[in-house]
Amino acid sequence: MTPDLVASLYVLLLAGFVGFEVIRRVSPLLHTPLMSLTNALSAIAVVGAIIIAGEQRSTLTTVLGTLAVIASTINLVGGFMITDRMLKMFKTRERKKP
Amino acid sequence: MSAYLVEPLIQVAYIFATALFILALKWLAAPATARRGVLAGEVGMLLAVVGTLLHHEIVSYQWILVGFVLGSAIGAPMALYMPMTAVPQRTALSHAFGALAAALVGTAEYYLHTPQLSRFTMVALALELLLGSLTFTGSLMAFGKLQELLPTRPVTYRGQNVVNLSLLALAVASGIYLVVEPGASHLFPVFVTLGLLFGVLLIIPIGGADMPTVISLLNSYAGLAASAMGFVLDNKLLIIAGALDGASGLILSVIMCKAMNRSFTNVLFGAFGQVQAGAEAKGETRTVRSATAEEAASILEAASSVIIVPGYGMAVAQAQHKVRELYDALTKRGVDVKFAIHPVAGRMPGHMNVLLAEADIPYDRLLDMDAINPELAHADVALVIGANDVTNPAARHDRSSPIYGMPILDVDKARTVMVIKRSMSPGFAGIENELYYLDKAMMLFGDAKAVVGDIVKALSDGGHG
Repeated sequence: MTPDLVASLYVLLLAGFVGFEVIRRVSPLLHTPLMSLTNALSAIAVVGAIIIAGEQRSTLTTVLGTLAVIASTINLVGGFMITDRMLKMFKTRERKKP
Repeated sequence: MSAYLVEPLIQVAYIFATALFILALKWLAAPATARRGVLAGEVGMLLAVVGTLLHHEIVSYQWILVGFVLGSAIGAPMALYMPMTAVPQRTALSHAFGALAAALVGTAEYYLHTPQLSRFTMVALALELLLGSLTFTGSLMAFGKLQELLPTRPVTYRGQNVVNLSLLALAVASGIYLVVEPGASHLFPVFVTLGLLFGVLLIIPIGGADMPTVISLLNSYAGLAASAMGFVLDNKLLIIAGALDGASGLILSVIMCKAMNRSFTNVLFGAFGQVQAGAEAKGETRTVRSATAEEAASILEAASSVIIVPGYGMAVAQAQHKVRELYDALTKRGVDVKFAIHPVAGRMPGHMNVLLAEADIPYDRLLDMDAINPELAHADVALVIGANDVTNPAARHDRSSPIYGMPILDVDKARTVMVIKRSMSPGFAGIENELYYLDKAMMLFGDAKAVVGDIVKALSDGGHG
């Protein structure tokens, strides 16, 4: 195992624990927006797709990369927008009055 | 710009993006700060994408731009115009897109680098592809079921589990072979096809009521696929974002499983539709008390506290706006109205909360199971709208019931129980609900939207007298 790989495994481990601790605190009220937000965040896969589509090493990989950019952009744009749309709907009575 | 400057710049962008992603989830914890969380996520994503675009390996922006434009053109209208009742479907679809992206990038990486892939990269790549392909087809199947393009009842056949598990074993075996022999490129398409096929077969026996668990599980898989991609590309930001998504999906599926008193394996391999046969054997015909909207209205009006229990039936009938009218009418008369939300009500975690929030019901009126159960005992009326199994008292005492042990809303402890239901047909689990036969229960048969509308009308007519 290379030192790089070991570092990556530590990163995975720590990120998993941080994820558990942070997400455990999310109110059940917001579980649907939670799922759409984490979905938007994992659209970070677009980073890998961009490089494959932009490298243009072969026709096959350019096509695969472009399709991957499309798929993750759908999640990225759609995920953030729907999460915000949902969260805007959550109001308390106090805020509704004025 | 020279590469000496660009490379550190990209890394700094990624580090800030990582911090912002974690803050995004932290701020999402409470409704008051949740929208700030979305903003943090958006800024983080922008930083990461701009950073990536600076990468020196990119020779042309043409196809990237095409991808951005097409992806936005599909994603934005979907997010803006989709009705809130369709949120579970959209979520399933977005898991499919996320997994597809991971599988496509993985495939491209394989063909770019085979046969010089190191053993470890190949392990990560195989995981990315297996999770990506099975989550892609699995989520599409879930989408089909939620959209009712496919039968929502579990589809089972003899030897199903044997078929599924052998298929998985075959997929894993071919993955292992590829790890040992990365150059075996003829096997690669077989490996991916097995993953795709397994995804389809895995979801076939899953019924509608298990969807909250399955959607959460697919969410987790899509995240882990992205994390595996991070190992392949040696990109820590991807590893972290994928791990956050994976952790979130896992936590939600554990919550859903607990709320149904079932295990993962039971949800995935123990199709629930099988137990129906025994339910009719009871023989004795019991009677239920049917009531009119006017009777219900007069009881509700006289109550001092009413707890409404919404379920999937409310979503199907799109009754949430009528329920808001009922809430307003009762609150105006000084009745204390609260909502009891079971974790698995609806088709995905938090489904009911989003629908009721859409109808402008203040979120401090929406209480989860643990908070509301003590209050149900003191409530004058529990009004069940389109929920069934989560209110069945058999779960508490009937050891022979398939839902025995499942935590339920103690609706039967309220002074009066009203149930709005389309017909007497049993719920998803195929189990009779003994709640309906209680002396204090009254049944209001009909479409949830129509019945609630009738009650509201009866309330406003009677209000003048």
